[in-house]
Amino acid sequence: MDFWTTPLGWTLATAGGILLVTVGILISLAFLLLADRKIWAGVQMRKGPNVVGPFGLLQSFADFFKFVLKEIIVPAGADKVVFLLAPLLTFILAFIAWAAIPFAPGWVISDLNVGILYIFAISSLGVYGIIMGGWASNSKYPFLGSLRSAAQMVSYEVSIGLVIINVILLAGSMNLTSIVTQQQGMFWNWFAFGGGAGTWPTIAVMFPMAIIFFVSALAETNRPPFDLPEAESELVAGYQVEYSSTPYLLFMIGEYANIVFMCAMITLLFFGGWNPGVPQDWLDALPGWLEQAIYLVTFFGKTVFWFCMIALVKAFVPRYRYDQLMRLGWKIFLPTSLVCVVVVAAWRVFAVGS
Amino acid sequence: MLQGIAFYLLATVAVLGGLMVVTAKNPVHSVLWLILAFFSSAGLFVLLGAEFLAMLLVVVYVGAVAVLFLFVVMMLDVDFVRLREGYARYLPLAAIVAGILLAEMIMISLAVVSGGAAADAAGPVAATADMSNVEAIGRVLYTDYVYIFQAAGIVLLIAMIGAIVLTLRHKPNIKRQNVARQVGRDAKTAMEVKSVTTGAGVTPEDLV
Repeated sequence: MDFWTTPLGWTLATAGGILLVTVGILISLAFLLLADRKIWAGVQMRKGPNVVGPFGLLQSFADFFKFVLKEIIVPAGADKVVFLLAPLLTFILAFIAWAAIPFAPGWVISDLNVGILYIFAISSLGVYGIIMGGWASNSKYPFLGSLRSAAQMVSYEVSIGLVIINVILLAGSMNLTSIVTQQQGMFWNWFAFGGGAGTWPTIAVMFPMAIIFFVSALAETNRPPFDLPEAESELVAGYQVEYSSTPYLLFMIGEYANIVFMCAMITLLFFGGWNPGVPQDWLDALPGWLEQAIYLVTFFGKTVFWFCMIALVKAFVPRYRYDQLMRLGWKIFLPTSLVCVVVVAAWRVFAVGS
Repeated sequence: MLQGIAFYLLATVAVLGGLMVVTAKNPVHSVLWLILAFFSSAGLFVLLGAEFLAMLLVVVYVGAVAVLFLFVVMMLDVDFVRLREGYARYLPLAAIVAGILLAEMIMISLAVVSGGAAADAAGPVAATADMSNVEAIGRVLYTDYVYIFQAAGIVLLIAMIGAIVLTLRHKPNIKRQNVARQVGRDAKTAMEVKSVTTGAGVTPEDLV
């Protein structure tokens, strides 16, 4: 074990971890994308992709090869460097945010002290990929789409930030591992349900906060019913009209990685992360490898559950009008989450004590 | 050694980014270079052990302020030729200002290195095991200087209200959606049942 603490061993171990996480996410994205389409089809009583491989399981890989083998077209008059930089930026930012996500105790690439803030900072950068792509295309539809998207993402980032502050106040820490560890034990210790014996009355604000976070996550990742930046009906496909082939693929993978990332965030912040919601003694009594396996499966299970919820919302809910979207963000979510921050802060000071 | 490499890498990128901000021909490129400079400075903060400030720099400046810059610059119809017209005229003045700034910075650096007055001031303290720098900043900001902090907040609030008052125009004949009223509507207020004689037909006046 000594080798892994030397600089060389540490570098190798970290690089291996990064590779594992990246490849793992890419492969699971292929199947989550298929799940998204299958759920959507199921709601509409269609079959969905079912031709490539058994049950259409290889559909995403077929799509991947199709995208990669097509020609990359850069429109005349486009700003070439920025045009090609934009999808790369979206792709990279979607993946580096995963560095601070703990999958199970100790299963994290970088256990940052300010993990939540790091994630918040990276996700606030995501808007640049879209804005740059829209501007560099030198075309009106992408530009309008990117402006819409920028306004939307900046608006909903405010409410996401305030919701996260509630969790930070309740947990008293910005480290994601310690936030999850505080939610261990029975499921009512999860922050969505108030965070355990000492703070259970905060369920009155924390459960609505979890819902607001979910809806804001939809808006932040430009998912239906908030997919106005790429509204097909009026903007053709928004900021990605001019993109083809691999750059488009990068945009799409980045977008889906962000969606899955938001699912992981809801799981970590509100629904106990890797904790399966049973007394900790039961888990401690199990052999070590089984305990770790249960943690991992629980985390992935919860993340996939939230992904399914997002997929269902896409199928069920009609698209918002743009002014309604802004109204929801600024006039409802922002004041509500602001009041909740005050309530939780007061609870921390007067009921729990510092 | 690794820290040294990281510092020189980030510092070089930050300085180059700053240089490109002023020399780039396209204003949108300028803003993009500015973002790179911000980002590298955030990296420098991390190297100093001030990870909280680094993240705030990225969230506030890169995530919000620079987005607004980009917004404005992209939507302006800028004539690039006219923009560069006064370049030679303003160059001497700009050179003087830059020279003064450079001299000041060198003086401060020398004062710190040689242990002058600046060395006596309390230096930045990196995070310790029992107190993260988030906590340290929180204590200083919200406990020691809470009144000044509140005053700063009020100044910002006044500025915001001022901006809204200056720019808000109520157009008299615009129709606004009142969601609460729409949702609160029931069958009684939404429709009216008219009894129409069978076979007699209706005129538009009957329907009003």
